[in-house]
Amino acid sequence: MADASLFEYLQRLGDDRLVLGHRLSEWCGHGPILEEDIALANISLDFIGQANLLLGLAGTVEGKGRDADALAYLRDPVDFRNVPLVEQPNGDYAATMTRSFLFDAFDYLLTRDLQDSGHPELAGIAAKAHKEATYHLRHSSEWLVRFGDGTEESHRRAQDALDELWRWTGGLFLADEVDQALHARGLAPDLAALEPEWKGMVSELIGRATLTLPPVQPITARGYRRGDHTEHLGHLLAEMQILPRSHPGAEW
Amino acid sequence: MADESTDPGQWPLWEVFTQPGDGKPHEHAGSVHAPDAELALQNARDVYTRRGEAVSLWVVPSAAITASSPSDAGPFFEPGNDTPYRHPQFYKVPRGVKVF
Amino acid sequence: MTPRQTPSVPAAQEDPGKLAEFEARIARGETIEPKDWMPERYRKQLIRMMSQHAHSEVVGMLPEGNWITRAPSLRRKMVLLAKVQDEAGHGLYIYCGTETLGVDRSELVDQLLAGKAKYSSIFNYPTLSWADIGTIGWLVDGAAIVNQTMLAKASYGPYARAMIRICKEENFHKRQGYELIATLSRGTPAQKAMAQDSLNRWWWPSLMMFGPSDKDSPNSAELMKWGVKRKSNDDLRQRFINLTVPQAQAVGLTIPDPDLHYDEASGDWIPGPINWDEFHQVLAGNGPCNRQRMEARRRAHEEGAWVRAAAAAYAAKQQGRRGAAAA
Repeated sequence: MADASLFEYLQRLGDDRLVLGHRLSEWCGHGPILEEDIALANISLDFIGQANLLLGLAGTVEGKGRDADALAYLRDPVDFRNVPLVEQPNGDYAATMTRSFLFDAFDYLLTRDLQDSGHPELAGIAAKAHKEATYHLRHSSEWLVRFGDGTEESHRRAQDALDELWRWTGGLFLADEVDQALHARGLAPDLAALEPEWKGMVSELIGRATLTLPPVQPITARGYRRGDHTEHLGHLLAEMQILPRSHPGAEW
Repeated sequence: MADESTDPGQWPLWEVFTQPGDGKPHEHAGSVHAPDAELALQNARDVYTRRGEAVSLWVVPSAAITASSPSDAGPFFEPGNDTPYRHPQFYKVPRGVKVF
Repeated sequence: MTPRQTPSVPAAQEDPGKLAEFEARIARGETIEPKDWMPERYRKQLIRMMSQHAHSEVVGMLPEGNWITRAPSLRRKMVLLAKVQDEAGHGLYIYCGTETLGVDRSELVDQLLAGKAKYSSIFNYPTLSWADIGTIGWLVDGAAIVNQTMLAKASYGPYARAMIRICKEENFHKRQGYELIATLSRGTPAQKAMAQDSLNRWWWPSLMMFGPSDKDSPNSAELMKWGVKRKSNDDLRQRFINLTVPQAQAVGLTIPDPDLHYDEASGDWIPGPINWDEFHQVLAGNGPCNRQRMEARRRAHEEGAWVRAAAAAYAAKQQGRRGAAAA
C-alpha cells in the first residue's frame, strides 16, 4: 500500500469524529431544551463532516477504491480506530457534556498543531476542524461549569460522569510507532507532548466547575488504536451500518 | 403575565440582532431563551447564523428593551410641519456652486 | 415596556369602533404588530394557530430523527441531521413569535405535554423504512410549503416574518426528499419496492394534512376574515395534488388511489374519497404513534428539568457574585 502509516492515522482521526458525531446525533429530538437540540445537531454535523473528509482522504491514500462510505459502513468493529472514550453511551446530559469536554480539549490541541502538517490536504482539514473545535470546547466547558457549580443534583451527576469517564482518557496521548513515524515526517504533531497542556486545561476547568479529578489512573496498557474496543461499539455500528449491509451494492 | 408553569429552571427571553456584513447595521432576527448572556450568545449563533448569515451578533434581555407605543406613531415619528429648516430645500445655494 | 402584547381582561365585548378600524387595517393589507390593538379573539386564534405550528415542528423531529442513526451514507446522515435541526429552529422561531402575543413558551409546552394542544396529525404516523424519510420530505414538506407560502403573507407581523425565514429553508427539505425517492426508484428492486410501499402509506395522510373541507372546518371562516388564512383547505389540497401526481409519474411510482383521474376541463387531478374517520381518530389521539410521540417529548422535558434548573442556578449565583464584587 502507498502509505500504510498515513492510512492508519487518518482512520484514527476520522473514526473518533464519526463515532462521537453519531453519539451526539442520538440526542436529536430528546435534548433538555430546544436550543440544545440545535446546538448538539450543529456539533454532530461538524464532526460527521470532518469524518467524511478524513475517511475520504484515507480511502484515497489506501488506493484500493474505498471511499468514506465504504470505510464508515463496511468495516467491522475490530477495524475501527477510534478511542474508547467516544464510543461510551450518552448517559444523561452531564455525562454527554463531560465526555465532550474531555474530547474537545484534546481535539482543540491536536487540530491546532495538525494545521502545520506537511500534508496540505490534512492541514486544510485540520484548520477547519480547529475552528469548529474552538466552538465545541466553549460549549462543553460552559455546560460543565454550570453543572458543577449549579445545583446539588447537577454537581452530583457531573462528578459521577467524571469518575466514570476519566478512565477512558489514558489512550488519547498514547503515541505508538504510527504517531512517531508521522511526526518524524512532519505530517502529525508530537502526540505525547500535548498531554501536559491538556491536563492543565482540564484541571483548570474542573476546578472552575468545583469538581474533583478522580484518583483512578487512566488505563494506558491497552491497544486502544488497534481495534481494542468496549462492547458499546458493536451495537453502535450494528445500528449505523444496517442498511448498506442489508442491501449490498445499493446506492443511496 | 399568567405563568402557570412549575418549571424551576425557567430561562428568560433575549432578543437577537445580527449584522449581515461589514458596514451594514444590526437587524432584529428573533429571540432565544437562555439563562445568561454567554449561553444566549451561543444559542443565538446556533439558531440565527447557521447559514452563515452574520458577522456580528448582539443579544439583549427582552426586559431591557423600551419600545415606543403604536399610539405614539403620529406625533412621535413625524417631524413638525412648521420647521422647514430641517429640509435641504431651505438652504439656498448660488447657482453653479457644488456643495458636495 | 417590552415589545409584546399584555393579555387583556377577557373581553365580553370588543369596542366596536376599534374592531371596525382593525378590520379596515386588515382589508387594506396592513401588518399587525405586537403592540397594536387587536380583538381578543384574534389574539387567541393566533396563539392557537402559531403554537400548533410550533408544536408540529418539534414533534415532527421525532419520526425523522428515528432514522438519523441508520442513515445509509454520510451525506444522507448529514442532510437528515441538518433537516431535523432546521425543524427545531423553525419551532423555536414560531414559539418566539407566539410569545409576542403575551404567553410564555413554557406555558405552551405544558399544554402540549398535558395533551391539551394540537399538532399536525401527520406526525402520529411511524417511519418504518428509510424510504419514509424521502416521502416525508417530498409529500409532507411539500404539503407544508403549499400551506406556508400562503402564511408568509399573514396579517400578523412576527408570524409572517418567521414564515419567510422558514420558507427559505423548507425548499431544500422538499427537494432532498424527492431526490431520495428518485434515487430509490431507480435502484435495486428492493429499493424500488421500498419507495412504492412508503408512498402507499403516506399518500392519504398527506392529503389529510390540509384539514377537512372548509364547510366542515370551524375555524376557517374567521381566520380568512382576519387575513391569517388566505386560501381554503380544499384549494390548497387540490394545488398539492396537481403538483405531486406528475412528480410520482416521473419516478415511476403509482399513487395508491384507483379513483384518481385527470379532469380535462379544470386541469385538475381529481382524487377518490378521503377517509375522514381515520383523520378524526388520529386527531383524537388514537393514531399509531400519538402516545409514543407525547411520551418522548414528556421524557425529554422531564429529564431536562435538572439541566435547566442547573443553568438557572448558576446564572443566579453569578449575578450574586457580580453584585458582591461591585459592592
